[in-house]
Amino acid sequence: MNNQELILKLQAMDPSLVIEEKQNLTVRVPASSLLALCRVLAADPDLQFDYLINITGTDMGTSYRMAYLLNSTVYQHCLLLHSDLDRNDDANIDSLVEIWKSANFHEREIFDLLGVKFSNHPDLRRIFLDDDWVGHPLRKDYTDEVNIVER
Amino acid sequence: MAIKVDTDHNVSPDSQEFIINMGPQHPSTHGVLRFLLKLKGETVTQIQPHCGYIHRGIEKMCEKLTYPQIIHLTDRLDYLSAHINNEAVCLLVEDALGVEVPERVKYIRTIIDELSRLASHQLWWCAFGMDLGALTTFFYGLRDREKILDIFEQTTGGRLIQSYNVPGGLMNDIHPDFQKNVKEFIKYFRKILPEYDQLLTGNVIFHNRSKGIGYMSREDIINWGVTGPSGRGSGFSCDVRKHAPYSAYDKVVFNESLEQAGDTFARYKVRIAEMWESMNIIEQLIDNIPEGDFAVKMKPIIKLPEGEYYQRVEACRGEFGVHVISDGNKYPYRVKFRSPNFINLSAIEEMARGQKIADLVAISGSLDLVIPDMDR
Amino acid sequence: MPLDIYDFSSFTQWVHQSLDAVMSPFWVITTEMVLVGLAFLTFYAIVGLMLVLAERRICAFMQCRLGPNRVGPWGFFQTIADLIKLLFKELIYIKKADKLLFNIAPFIVIIASFLALAAIPFALGLHAVDLNIGIFYIVAVSSLGVIGILLAGWSSNSKYSLIGAMRSGAQIVSYELSVGLSLITIIVLAGTMQISEIVELQRDGWFIFTGHISAIIAFIIFLIASTAEINRGPFDLAEAESELTAGFHTEYSGIKFAFFFLAEYMNMFIVASLGATVFLGGWMPFHVYGWDGFNAIMDFLPPFFWYIGKTAFIIFIIMWFKWTFPRLRIDQLLTLEWKYLLPINLFNVVLMATLVLLGLHF
Repeated sequence: MNNQELILKLQAMDPSLVIEEKQNLTVRVPASSLLALCRVLAADPDLQFDYLINITGTDMGTSYRMAYLLNSTVYQHCLLLHSDLDRNDDANIDSLVEIWKSANFHEREIFDLLGVKFSNHPDLRRIFLDDDWVGHPLRKDYTDEVNIVER
Repeated sequence: MAIKVDTDHNVSPDSQEFIINMGPQHPSTHGVLRFLLKLKGETVTQIQPHCGYIHRGIEKMCEKLTYPQIIHLTDRLDYLSAHINNEAVCLLVEDALGVEVPERVKYIRTIIDELSRLASHQLWWCAFGMDLGALTTFFYGLRDREKILDIFEQTTGGRLIQSYNVPGGLMNDIHPDFQKNVKEFIKYFRKILPEYDQLLTGNVIFHNRSKGIGYMSREDIINWGVTGPSGRGSGFSCDVRKHAPYSAYDKVVFNESLEQAGDTFARYKVRIAEMWESMNIIEQLIDNIPEGDFAVKMKPIIKLPEGEYYQRVEACRGEFGVHVISDGNKYPYRVKFRSPNFINLSAIEEMARGQKIADLVAISGSLDLVIPDMDR
Repeated sequence: MPLDIYDFSSFTQWVHQSLDAVMSPFWVITTEMVLVGLAFLTFYAIVGLMLVLAERRICAFMQCRLGPNRVGPWGFFQTIADLIKLLFKELIYIKKADKLLFNIAPFIVIIASFLALAAIPFALGLHAVDLNIGIFYIVAVSSLGVIGILLAGWSSNSKYSLIGAMRSGAQIVSYELSVGLSLITIIVLAGTMQISEIVELQRDGWFIFTGHISAIIAFIIFLIASTAEINRGPFDLAEAESELTAGFHTEYSGIKFAFFFLAEYMNMFIVASLGATVFLGGWMPFHVYGWDGFNAIMDFLPPFFWYIGKTAFIIFIIMWFKWTFPRLRIDQLLTLEWKYLLPINLFNVVLMATLVLLGLHF
């Protein structure tokens, strides 16, 4: 499917979705409905987003933005999902491991470096840093006087 | 990367299971990776990869560096496909700024990409043989890889990590002997590659050790996001060079090597086939490098327009992605590298469960793990 | 008989008589034992050093490189330099290791390999003891080494060592059978277990040629099984450096590690000697029955060189295995023994017995 068809299809599914045409087709999804939407995206025979390429978690200053890049190995179309979370220590979003197993390590990495929690993740532990590490380095307000040298 | 043994791994004395730490210093984890294995005799009942021993915070560092500087950090991710990682950042920047690089640049980039892939697969072949206990493979592979590294050194100045790409083109033009040397190497390696098959591929012990080991079906491999030769060994057509061609890949004819068996031997065969394909690609391009500039003039300070960019390339071990979020500044707001090894590693849990320790070594060898790429 | 000019028994007789003339029989025996012991120690050291060097050069040859070539001519003193390094290295003691067993283990391994040397004939009349059950003795004694390996693995208090030791135990116990049965095949042909007689019987042709197809099968099985028995690649599962870092000797350092290392090479030498003696005629030159002129020419080369040449040939084959094959997995290793080698071997013994009974051998 090309982008136009994808837009039509997605709008037919849920008219409230905010869809932007950028480098990749970008869809804004509220965190609460992400899991439900992803289930549909993965299962719908016309969409078949069976391959989760990447998850990026970003500290946008006022919110945490999760960006999910999906790909269909059948139709070769891509879709970027954006989901904004309130920026606080309890930021929480549904885990996508039940749909795409590849989300496992991505989500652990985001939990480790950004401090976003994923509900229903099978094994949510820090992956790179020590278990007793204080703070989450990819947050913009993270400071570390020892390891980060300001120029 | 907790040092203490996790509490959920406590085993009762009468269960006949025991915990063993494989790594971070271990010959066949190919670096500082640690597996926490639960064993019953020789059989692996549970496996937990622990990474982060060389986590350098490259993504965080990138937030304080300009785009041309970031390129030099991508070298240090997967050091065996350094040139391809460089290219990903360059393509992303050129794409965001709308810069069209000369044809000559595209051709040279593609040729060096494929040479990197050859060198990387040679090193994988060396190490895979060693993992299975065939020590001689190591020296055969390194002998031939040396010739590629010499070509790299001559043209780019670097042997392992080249940093030859800059946004808008290349650092400098190719060496006058580049074409001649590459052609000589291809001629040589076409004769030598069957030797690899004679030494390892046809060996009956090798077949027994690799066939049916670490099986993963096509559906599972897509679901786990395993890409590159490891994914193609299960029939997952995931070659970015085919599906989203960049540089000169749309100008060459090549086959995507696919195997359906999904085991260690299939992944081995895919990589051997890819070496042949890489040579085909290089041969199609090497005589046709167009004349022209080796770079276009870029502004001294590169600022990406505000927005979000993603670039996919096919690195030697799978799909490498760069995700940049820019706020219009000369520094990126956020950079995320989608490193193939990190995701490929997650699947080892599924592949190696219920197999022997020796099989775990074979499986991790067939996934061709490069640790700095995981830990970033 | 031209061979007799190389007979060492006249030399040993002369030593015995000279000693007899000056001291009492008890002291004669004691002195002779000390002399033999010293001779063996020297021989052991020389063979160990040469084999390590040979392995490194041969492996380099197979891997398109040069190997050690800086210390002395052709890297001759490289192993000596290594030995000095190993002597000076720190002996690391492991916490909670079973100290006694940990220290004893390397000695058991090295003593086992030492014992087996006693029964091997190096040349005509050059024999420490000529037991009438010589082959049985060698097989029995050389399998003692596994006790040392098991102890090393157990006492190190390391899981890697333990797995390596367990593998080694399973492996040696299994392959001992095949080595024994392939030797029994030749004992059936020879009708004796005394090694000097076995060599003497090969005066008119080595057993591998006179023993028909059965002896060739036995020789091949012997090569495979003995490679496995001495824990060398492709059967080096007890060490398996890519899986178990170093297997049973992971925790050993310095000279204790060197003992394991040396014992491995000596075991290889013993196995090769045994193979050379039983299948290829030991020190016996290459003879063809009836060709007296040819046989006389062959006799000019001293028996000791024939023996060393044949042993070196088998050692080369064993090294060749190691440097070209990938390693087997433990279950495949046991499958190979119990499902293939053992049945073939049992059949082969029966075949050989039939051949001998019908007089079909040459």
